[in-house]
Amino acid sequence: MMSVDAPASPAPEAAPPTAGATPIRRRRRSLTPWLLIAPALVIIIAAMGYPIFWQLKTSFQKYGLKQQFNPDLPPDFVGFDNYVKVLTNPDFLAVLGRSILFCFLAAFITVILGFLLALLMKRVGKVARLILQIALLLAWAMPVAASMTVWVWLVDWRNGVLNYLLGRLGLDVENHNWLADPTTFFVIALIIVIWAAVPFVALSIYAGLSQISEEVLEAAQMDGATGWQRTRYITLPLIAPVLSIVLLLQIVWDLRVFTQIKFLQDAGGVANATDLLGTYIYKMGVGSADFGSAAAVSVIMLLLTVALSWYYVRSIMKEED
Amino acid sequence: MSATTSARRSSAGSASPVRKPKVSTGRRVSGWLWTLLAVAIALCWIFPVYWMVNSSFLSTLTLQRSTPTWLPFGGSLENFRNVFADGSFVKALSISLGVTLLTVAVAIVVAFLGALAISRFRFKGRRSFILAMLLIQMLPAEGMFIAQFKMMASWGLVNNILGLTLLYAAAVIPFTLWMLRGFVAGVPAELEEAAMVDGLSRTQAFLRITFPLLAPGLVASAVYAFLQAWNEFTIALVVMQDNDMRTLPLWLRGLVQASATRETDWGLVMAGSTMVAVPVIIFFMIVQSKMSSGLVGGAVKG
Repeated sequence: MMSVDAPASPAPEAAPPTAGATPIRRRRRSLTPWLLIAPALVIIIAAMGYPIFWQLKTSFQKYGLKQQFNPDLPPDFVGFDNYVKVLTNPDFLAVLGRSILFCFLAAFITVILGFLLALLMKRVGKVARLILQIALLLAWAMPVAASMTVWVWLVDWRNGVLNYLLGRLGLDVENHNWLADPTTFFVIALIIVIWAAVPFVALSIYAGLSQISEEVLEAAQMDGATGWQRTRYITLPLIAPVLSIVLLLQIVWDLRVFTQIKFLQDAGGVANATDLLGTYIYKMGVGSADFGSAAAVSVIMLLLTVALSWYYVRSIMKEED
Repeated sequence: MSATTSARRSSAGSASPVRKPKVSTGRRVSGWLWTLLAVAIALCWIFPVYWMVNSSFLSTLTLQRSTPTWLPFGGSLENFRNVFADGSFVKALSISLGVTLLTVAVAIVVAFLGALAISRFRFKGRRSFILAMLLIQMLPAEGMFIAQFKMMASWGLVNNILGLTLLYAAAVIPFTLWMLRGFVAGVPAELEEAAMVDGLSRTQAFLRITFPLLAPGLVASAVYAFLQAWNEFTIALVVMQDNDMRTLPLWLRGLVQASATRETDWGLVMAGSTMVAVPVIIFFMIVQSKMSSGLVGGAVKG
């Protein structure tokens, strides 16, 4: 298992295998490691490398009328035309803005809620903590397709539980379809995404909190720090690395939210005004066969992901060295 | 916040000469409030899961009442029987099982070899390989699926279990490899070397010493790959377009599609969802802790 307190200095080449150094065997040039990683490389290049290459190529090409009449003709090279077309298309800009807003909202609310739940788990007794942990694990374990059928049923406009409960609170919501309006559609999508994501975040942060030594907190308490001060000035800085990593993972994962949106769209009926990046590309590629533009949007989405992931990958690589 | 006041009160108490401060009434009351809050939140989080199981036992007529039925009293297994009635569930189940088991087999073997390479050898390109794995693991299927579909179509692998397996294997190998790397690195090479000094060949030493120690790691990684392939929806939606080739998530989607305009048999849908979810929940409980420590890396252990 990894641990960050291991010395980070690289072992010198000729050093004898002392305790603590990573047990690396052959340092001389050898074909064996390459043979071992070859199957992984072949599969990944075939299933991802090639499509990404095709996508890059296609995003600079145009399949026009000429090619439709004569499929043997090679597509025209059009440079950045597809990107310009996409980036000046108000529909795409709306989808991009909505996706970014959605993913940041979902990620921040998830991490804040997860942090609060982790603090709560620290505070309550064993039994309450176990109940909360089991509930979170069950929600986390639900396959997304199965959980989506339940959510669609919960918000169903005829006899869903949501409308019943709101009705009991005195609101006039009988037969109101929440999925028919883009704003309430996204509120519901947000709740579902956050519900599914909080368990991972809360349990990860809780694991991090458990590592903070009790003595430090007690010492602060002796010195007269209030509960809020201890959380703000001791717990928060110590837990910051975990917080930043889970926040980053959430942002990357929430940017590509697809299944939830697809299920809600299927159930609700309104389509275009509720598209996020994933469903937008899906419709472009499957529905309209404008591959040049679909490829350009895909490339933009991949670049966005790589840019966002860079910090995460770097921080893990640092531990590796 | 009441936490602040109660904490201040107890810290004032600890300043008194009594070494073990008595728990004040205020603190006990706020302790109960926090417990109550924790249980209430637990109920909120578990509710959708409960609702799925509850509804799966109730008849369509009961579910269509304007007042929800909160407990499955008077329920039956009728819905579960109906799931099997038209054969579409069994068909999807066999496709899902086929793809999932193939993916697990391929991913585990391939990822294990890769994990051996990066944890037991230091070679040129090792760093770039690890970097590539970590980055690929983050790439969204949604940013590639149109191209993957075009590729599958040109290879004649649309609506094909092997085609879907190829895409799934590529998607799970990076993280499986990363997870296994941790386990392989956890078994010191000295153990193997000691066995070789005692007269075993390298292969024998590996099979008899290292491999048994890796078994838990292999099980955890296999379960991870299983969950990913079993739950996957996006790629399957694009590649498995034929109704006869649907995986279970696609089958579930078929049931709730157009539920806004069409009467949906929610009891049946919930029974189907329960059957898709239960094996996953059991497996998930087994490996959860190992999976999350791989994802958050050393940060949690800091």
